[in-house]
Amino acid sequence: MFKGKFIDNLPKIYGTYTGGFIVFIILMAIAEQAGMSAKLIGIFFVAFTVLIYALIGYLSRTMQTDAYYVAGRQVPTVFNGMATAADWMSGASFVAMAGGIYFKGYGYMALLVGWTGGYVLVASLLAPYLRKFGCYTVPDFIGTRYGGNMARLSAVIVLTVASFTYVTAQINATGTIASVALDIPFEIAVYVGLASILMCSMLGGMRAVTWTQVAQYIVLIIAYLLPVFWISNKMGAGVFPHFMLADEVARIAELEAQFGLGEIKNSAADLKQVPKGLAGITKAHAEVNTTPWKFISLAVCMMAGTASLPHVMMRYFTTPSVKAARRSVGWSLFFIFLLYSSAPMLATLSKLSLMDPNLATGIIGKSITEVQAIDWYQNWNQANLMFVSDFNGNGTLELNEFFMGGKAVVLATPEIAGLPYVISGLVAAGGMAAAMSTADGLVLAISNALSHDVYYKMINPKAETAKRLIVARVLLVLIGFAGATIAALEIQGILGSVIWAFDFAMSGLFFPLVLGVWWKRANAQGAVAGMLGGLIAGTAYLIAVRSGYPGFWGVTQLTFGIVGSLVSLVLMVVVSLMTKAPDAATQRMVDEVRIPSGKAILGKQH
Amino acid sequence: MSKQQQHWEKTRMLLFITLAIWFVFSIGIFFFGAEMEASSIRPLGYPLSYYMTCQGSLGIFVVLIFWFANRQEKIDEEFGYTEREDD
Repeated sequence: MFKGKFIDNLPKIYGTYTGGFIVFIILMAIAEQAGMSAKLIGIFFVAFTVLIYALIGYLSRTMQTDAYYVAGRQVPTVFNGMATAADWMSGASFVAMAGGIYFKGYGYMALLVGWTGGYVLVASLLAPYLRKFGCYTVPDFIGTRYGGNMARLSAVIVLTVASFTYVTAQINATGTIASVALDIPFEIAVYVGLASILMCSMLGGMRAVTWTQVAQYIVLIIAYLLPVFWISNKMGAGVFPHFMLADEVARIAELEAQFGLGEIKNSAADLKQVPKGLAGITKAHAEVNTTPWKFISLAVCMMAGTASLPHVMMRYFTTPSVKAARRSVGWSLFFIFLLYSSAPMLATLSKLSLMDPNLATGIIGKSITEVQAIDWYQNWNQANLMFVSDFNGNGTLELNEFFMGGKAVVLATPEIAGLPYVISGLVAAGGMAAAMSTADGLVLAISNALSHDVYYKMINPKAETAKRLIVARVLLVLIGFAGATIAALEIQGILGSVIWAFDFAMSGLFFPLVLGVWWKRANAQGAVAGMLGGLIAGTAYLIAVRSGYPGFWGVTQLTFGIVGSLVSLVLMVVVSLMTKAPDAATQRMVDEVRIPSGKAILGKQH
Repeated sequence: MSKQQQHWEKTRMLLFITLAIWFVFSIGIFFFGAEMEASSIRPLGYPLSYYMTCQGSLGIFVVLIFWFANRQEKIDEEFGYTEREDD
């Protein structure tokens, strides 16, 4: 069917794949009409998509280092954009983001700005230069630019701390979705999730992860957008929700006033009855409800973190050229924008469908017994994601008497709005794709750093290709298991861990990476001081705040990267200036990195 | 000044412009959240503060990156630093 090279056929291959997936959705819809149970539809959706990814992972198997580490550097711009978008958008973006906006409104949307604005930094400060460098991993760049094993090792440490924090959250998310969709206990589901993640990455490394991530992006974007458009049209809110929900946003503000949002407060005793993790609406939907600094500091951390997270940066090592790397960042952000600009719309639709008494789905103002009898309420109450209680004893449900989990906004809204169950199955497959694709990128980033930078560059530089790639795979499996084991303990929520990962990455890597390209005088001593000092300062601040220290400058446990990166910058500049300037060869290397043409610093095979 | 220095000079200039625009839409305007909310400018009918956080700034970033990439390609071309196809 497909003649010629794989790369030339990409649009056809993924076009066919998308068509096949849509046919699958339609078949499932027909099966639902024919009486297939909701449970079975969920299982089919998750199992079918995961099998496809595993198949792609198997077909992309390789025994060559440049294919394993950087997908042979031949991923076209637009496809790399899609893969990056999937790599980037995690379970948190897919499942938790709309919920966060639903509950916190404007203050939460700092994350939307931060998680997109960071790409401007990636495109202008880093990606093209690191691509020119020709490195396999981020520590590979640090180690070669600054010279010395100490710099390389410090970068590996920061990378591991940040990425590992992140990956436990993603394995947790795959476990949560797998346990709901396949109806198995969470502790087992975590390992089912892990097995699916490893199937995609183990045989083919970056090459396999790239082509599965493209496939996962297609699934997750369909799964996110289809319900948003469908609900919007069904409610009569607008054919194209992104441009047409202004009236709905205004209507929510009107209802908030009518239902006495913020005036009626629940007593502590009442709140004790509410199951853990659920929340009521306490913040206005579209009002500016936070101080500028709180908003800006969170956005700044997310932006600098974006530009320092190795699993994102290494996606731009796979493009054919420097020019393609630069454009690819634009495409990545475009594909991310499609989902991020839809999340607030989903939150709006979800909130209005629950609040508006003029809509059939509205529950606020109805009698408590009536609400408790609704099918979807019972389902989600059982899943511990919804709760109502008649605190004031008047028999009607007030706004402050309704509680919901953040995940329910994405997972339950289709059902609340009366969409067929096939959509809920699709959403589960989308969430699984989002969490798996990010976990794959992260596990690979860590194991590549350990196998290439620690094993090959530091321990055994004479190792032959086959041995290097076997070590890489063994490490991949070990890291996956370590991540799953910690995920099964459920220490920190999904969103909290993700934000921490950004702060860790920003604390240790942001300035050493940026100054490596933009400041020739930066040397190894400065970089090591910057990486380790930044990471230690950031971590110390986090621990202090967690154990009761009030903190300064309004820096919280979500924005500790500000402290870490400032310490990192100061240390790096001071120590660099106090020690010897980098030698002429290093200076020439930096000059070489700054122009797109000519040979890469590191050869094709290294 | 050598060819390479001139190229870097221009590249740096472009970086500063790009970062200035980035700063305005990612940080600058959010110092004025309350003012934006009260503003009579309402894109598509949304309050300006709400619009910028969920579409405005995000869309501007996408356009900014493509604009930046185009300008940088022009600079590279001007100095003959464009990559060869077979690189």
